[in-house]
Amino acid sequence: MSTVFATQKGLRFLPASGWIVPAFVGAGCVFLLIGSLQSSLFAQQTISGLANGGIYASLAVALVLIYRATEVINFAQGAIATFTTYVAWQLMSWGLSYWLAFVCTLGIAFAGGFLIELIAIRPVERRGNQLTVVIASIGLLILVEGSIGWIWGSDLKFMPAPFPSHIYRVGGVAFSRQDIATIAISIAAVVVLRLLFQFTKLGLAMRAAAVRPDAARLVGIRVSWMLSLGWGLAAVLGAVAGLMTAASPASLLQPSMMDGILIYAFAAAVLGGLESAAGAVIGALAIGVTLNLLGSYVSWVTPQLLLPAAFVLMLVVLLVKPSGMFGRSRVSRV
Amino acid sequence: MGLLLELRDVDARYGQVQALRGVGLTVAEGEIVAILGANGAGKTTTLRAISGTVRRSGTLEFDGKSLARLGPESAARLGIAHVPEGRGTFVELSVWENLRLGAHVRRGRLDDDFRRVFEYFPWLEERRSQHAGTLSGGEQQMLALARAVMQRPRLLLLDEPSLGLAPLVVAEIFRIVRDLNEREGTAMLLVEQNARSSLAIAARAYVLEVGTVAFEGTSAELSSRDTIRQSYLGY
Repeated sequence: MSTVFATQKGLRFLPASGWIVPAFVGAGCVFLLIGSLQSSLFAQQTISGLANGGIYASLAVALVLIYRATEVINFAQGAIATFTTYVAWQLMSWGLSYWLAFVCTLGIAFAGGFLIELIAIRPVERRGNQLTVVIASIGLLILVEGSIGWIWGSDLKFMPAPFPSHIYRVGGVAFSRQDIATIAISIAAVVVLRLLFQFTKLGLAMRAAAVRPDAARLVGIRVSWMLSLGWGLAAVLGAVAGLMTAASPASLLQPSMMDGILIYAFAAAVLGGLESAAGAVIGALAIGVTLNLLGSYVSWVTPQLLLPAAFVLMLVVLLVKPSGMFGRSRVSRV
Repeated sequence: MGLLLELRDVDARYGQVQALRGVGLTVAEGEIVAILGANGAGKTTTLRAISGTVRRSGTLEFDGKSLARLGPESAARLGIAHVPEGRGTFVELSVWENLRLGAHVRRGRLDDDFRRVFEYFPWLEERRSQHAGTLSGGEQQMLALARAVMQRPRLLLLDEPSLGLAPLVVAEIFRIVRDLNEREGTAMLLVEQNARSSLAIAARAYVLEVGTVAFEGTSAELSSRDTIRQSYLGY
């Protein structure tokens, strides 16, 4: 039984109502550009919104990665990201330099995600259904957050700042190096992943295993290993998000550090259509910028309102267009 | 010719329902064997038992190795290509990606394989970047066959390749199947409703009836015995 697309040949990569989403994204970009040229505060807020969005994007793509493979939202994704950030802190406190610890952490995150799938998810998935896996992922969230507190205690930890606080000035607008680097690293992580999926044999096998596991087995792909690999890669993206979150001067390391960010990432993934990594990235950047601008220009929007706003957005998308901006509408099975 | 595949006393079940009872069959190297029978006789299940996509027990040997404990991934790695009913095309991926996946278990350059596949299916080359989901039913069936060729199998399991296709397309598919067998020496186990076309290319055939082998013989024998032809083959 295979799923076919509602879309026509020429518009394969665009949603059924082809021009609306690109038009919206384009209009948003023009708005941001004009606003930034008008006001340097607007430009600064846009850039730092993009930096937040970049963090959401890494985590949102991690969610998409797992959703595509197992059709389940991994509620533990944020907690796993926090855990790996603590690992990085631990490595640094043992004397490793920031970037060495960064690279080691990505490796440890990969192994950790891989093992979690193998030990906690695979046995559950084999016996139960998607709901069982969701419950397992919630259990995992509690377990991982609990073990962070158990291992490292719940007092705040200070991460060394990876980027010396430096301000670039372009025509009266000040950009912090922090924001620029966060955007660059988050986007680079997503792009590298995209290249892996699009242009390598392993990436092709992972995509095949995700879309049609039965057919993938028949050509010799070890589907269950592909799922473990997917969890490993998702954990790497989560680690990037966690490290970038902890790198921002305003944020300290604490066990619940990624809880709110997971919600934003979830909203971004839903906005993008849950199955589209590109959609999740655009959704994440849009949410980051929108919330930042709302927070700084609309006086009654206080930080307490931002998380509920993300929920409202998610609800609206699910009610109005459940397939999101770039989701594939499933029409029939042949 | 050496024996390539041997099934002895194979049972298979879907949950509580027993689909195969004590099935035995053999395929020699380079041989085309047909499995015939009515709907629900166990033809598809027999192929699934070989490729490991259904729970089964009994003796299943491929090239002297037991398949009994192997899943479909391992069967594919041993050289069994299963083109399932409904083709198993990756409709979300491009034609080229579908073909590339056929060669998943092999290492090294694939230029020769692609060239060979494009000799059998010239139209695939110009449509290599097209989404497989946009191909017609007949084209998808040929793509599935082409992907199996990329696997360089020693045994090809073909499940109802003519299902739902126009007569001209069916004739083309049977021509290519026969060609593949002659030029590559690929052994084939062919499941078909279309008894006449399959007996025309198969050396031998098994007729299944409610999960057991009712008759076996050479194609000539089966088509010449009127009782079998009328009651089981329907022509």
